[in-house]
Order: sequence, then C-alpha cells, then structure tokens
Amino acid sequence: MIEFEEVSYGYSGGGALLSDVSLKLAPGSFHFLTGPSGAGKTTLIKLCYGALVPTQGRAELFGADVRHMTRDDVAETRRRIGVVHQDVQFLDHMTVVENVALPLMVSGRTTEMQDLADLMSWVGLTGQMEALPPELSGGERQRAALARAVIMSPEVILADEPTGNVDWEMSIRLLTLLIELNRMGKTVMIATHDMNLIRQAKAQVQARVLRISDHRVQLAGADL
Amino acid sequence: MISRLTNFLTLMTGDAQADRVVPPTGFTARLTVFAAGAMAFLAVFALALSLATGRLAEQWGDALAQSSTIRVSAPEGQVDQQVIAVLDVLTTTPGVADARVLSDDEQRALLEPWFGPDLPLDTLPIPRLIEVIEEGEGYDAEGLRQRLAGEAPGAVLDDHARWREPLVRAANRLRGLGAISIALIAATTAAIITLAANAALAANAQVIHVLRLVGARDSYIAGAFVRRFTLRAMIGATGGMVIGVLAILLLPSADVGGGFLTGLGFRGWHWALPFAIPILAAIVAFAATRQAANSTLRELT
Repeated sequence: MIEFEEVSYGYSGGGALLSDVSLKLAPGSFHFLTGPSGAGKTTLIKLCYGALVPTQGRAELFGADVRHMTRDDVAETRRRIGVVHQDVQFLDHMTVVENVALPLMVSGRTTEMQDLADLMSWVGLTGQMEALPPELSGGERQRAALARAVIMSPEVILADEPTGNVDWEMSIRLLTLLIELNRMGKTVMIATHDMNLIRQAKAQVQARVLRISDHRVQLAGADL
Repeated sequence: MISRLTNFLTLMTGDAQADRVVPPTGFTARLTVFAAGAMAFLAVFALALSLATGRLAEQWGDALAQSSTIRVSAPEGQVDQQVIAVLDVLTTTPGVADARVLSDDEQRALLEPWFGPDLPLDTLPIPRLIEVIEEGEGYDAEGLRQRLAGEAPGAVLDDHARWREPLVRAANRLRGLGAISIALIAATTAAIITLAANAALAANAQVIHVLRLVGARDSYIAGAFVRRFTLRAMIGATGGMVIGVLAILLLPSADVGGGFLTGLGFRGWHWALPFAIPILAAIVAFAATRQAANSTLRELT
C-alpha cells in the first residue's frame, strides 16, 4: 500500500531531515508517528501522499514509485489517501458541506445528498453544513477536514497532528472517529506528540508506534 | 490544432462547477473586463482604419494605373484645333485605349465645388480637359509629352503619378499600421490578462493547495482559472466592440463630404469583422491564462 525503502529526504541547502527510513503501511493497519517538534513527522506524512519526493531511496504508493509518477498520477493517488492537517485549510467562499464534497467535485463524481448528510452527522456537523469555514471552531474544522478526507472512501487516512488545536474531549472524539475508520478496514497513520492520546488509542486498537529520532524512524519500545 | 480547438470548446462548455472553486470576485475580474473592453474598442477603430485605407489605396491605385488627363490651354481660336491634334496623337499612341474630351457639363461639375452651379464656362478661359484611358502596361508618358509639345504646344499631360503615388504609398502604410495596431492590441491584451491571471493565481495559492490536497488534477485547477478569464475577456471585449461599432455608426456619412475621414467605417461584409474581436479576445485570454496557470502550477509544489 505505502512502502518506503531506505528513504531519505532533505531540503536543498540543508542536512537530511529523514535518513534511511524503511516502513510499510499494510492494509487495515493503525500507526502512530511520534517524535519531538521538528523531528520530521510532517515531512514523513507528506512523503506518504506524494507531496514530497525522496531525495534518496524508494517510496512506493500503491505499487508505483513516486519518482516516476506524473502530476496526474499524484492527483489520482491523493484520491486514495485522505489527509487531515493540523492547520486544516478550506475554500472559505464555499459552505462546509461543499468543502466536504470537494474531492467528489474535482474527480467528477457525485453522491446522494442523504449520504452526505449521514457523513456530516457521523462527524457531528449536521448543524454546520451550510456554514462557511471561518464560522467553525477548531474542533469543528478538524471534524470537517476528517469528513472531507474520507468522502472518497480512501484506503489510507493520514492525520498530521489532528488534535493539536483542540481540547482533550475533542481529541478523544476525533480519535474515536479514526478508530472507527480503522475498524472499517482503513489504514490509519496519526502523527502526534501527545503520548496520552497514543495510550488512549492503544487501549482500544492494535496500533504500531513509530518514533522519529535522529532523522530515523524506529519502532517505539515498551515505555508506551 | 484540432486538439487545441477541442480543448477550447471543452473549456467553454465544460464543468461549470469548476468555476466555483475559485473565489468569485477581486480586482483581477474588473481589470480583465475593463482591459478587454478598452482593447476591443481600440481594435474596432484600428480595423476600420486599416480597411478604409485599404479601400483608398485600391481606389487610388486603380485610377493611377488606368487613367490620366491632358489639359489644353491655348489662345482663343486655337483650342479646338489643338484638341483635335491631341486626339490625333493619342490615336496613334501605343497603350492608349480610349480618349475623350470632357463635356461642358462634366467640367462644370468638376468646378462646381469651388465656383457654384452657374459657372459660365463659355465666357471664361477654362482649359479643355481630355481624359485618357490606358490599356495594358500603359503608354510612355515622356514620349507622349514630347509628341504633344510638337503637335499641340498648349497641351499638358497630367498622368496623376506626381500626386497619387505618394498618396497610395501613404495609404498602404496606414493600412499596414492598422494591422500592426491590431497585433499590438492583441499582444497588450495578452500581457494584461497574463498579469491579471498571475495575480489571481498568487492570491489563490491556498485554493490551489486545497484542491491539490483533495486530488484535483492541474488541468482541473488551470481550467477553473482559464474558463473564468476567458469568459471575462469575451464579455469585456463584446462590450467594447459594441461601443466601438456604435461610435463608427455615428460618424458622418461618407456621401456627405466624400473625404477620407468620412469614409472611416465598414462597407458590406466588413461590418461582420468587428464581431470576430470578442472571439479573438477570448482566444488570446485562453492562451494567456493557460500559459500563466500551467507555469504557476509547475512552480508550486
């Protein structure tokens, strides 16, 4: 599904942010990616959905080498990967429900309004469907982003610090939604430095915890 | 070429929903409509100028190639004799198809703008005019002048070249300048729309980022911008063209004065040409915005 083999990445003029990363996200698996701020969590997430191309090593998304993918290939791949960022962005001139349906619009697909309403209900935003994104709170924005990320029924969900701007109660609510998605067979990877969240999740789901340390990704030990 | 045309038609008739992903307002919208309108207005006049000078050059060129005039000024009593001598000379001159003496009525009509309709020609020492119609390559003007000097000393050949040739050259240059003006107007329109499109793309970097995140292809993103700018340019150019055509219609009729300026307009099927200006503006906007969008999207990661 997503497979890295000795992948390294560094910005031009700077040192390596990530070195020799090898990992495999198998279908239906649940991963946490942790590490201190600036460790490279966001970079690794971006590598996972083709926003960045490794400077060394081999990254495969659904069997295709990222380095050989055209821009259209990358766009097609992103329809199979739902992404939620901490600083989630929307088209502020369109309503929340239109933003959630945006992946369908850009891929020329449609859905039943009832399905859309069910999705909005699942993330608890039924009352905000016709609101504009700037009118949403931080937690509502994250849930809207999650709805947008899953509307295409992607095989993989990548969440980069999804709980960074919300309180604990909302963090648990978001985590519960992501666990539900995993139980539906989706592969989930959450980048976070919130150890309490990881502990909470491990009580409910079998999750693998990856830690970025010294530019390398390691499987976290028993301290979790 | 066919694929480009297909792209253009697909864009114009295609996914109208794609337009909605770009925020609807902004100064670039007004700038594009205004610039396209102003340029279309100017293009109408450049086109009218080019066509009018083209007509003028053709008229003058034809006249230069086909006719000339011999003016016979002689003491009273010798005029008729010299006119006959001139006609005899012309009969034997190669390159002359026909020659005829202008009637009193025709001469009166020529002088009427200056002296009025009641000019007493028979009491005034007005020279007689002989119109010469040429054929083939025409006659040898210098040879004819020498023969006329011998046979009819009062006859002066005016082959029109002296004043028509520079006019025809000037008219042809004006026609060329009109065409260059249209090309410059198209290039300026492209430059303004490129600037406006670049500004719109830069202002909507977040929109582009979001669209890419949710799996939009670059062609979809570019299409949203290209379609919008193409339609704006077409709407602006249509407005400018209509105002320009109305202004041309309000010019004085060519029949009244008969001069060059009153002839600045369209004749016959040429009236259809201004309607091509909005289409041309749309094509220019399509190409300029597509180039700008593709270039910007290539640069954005």
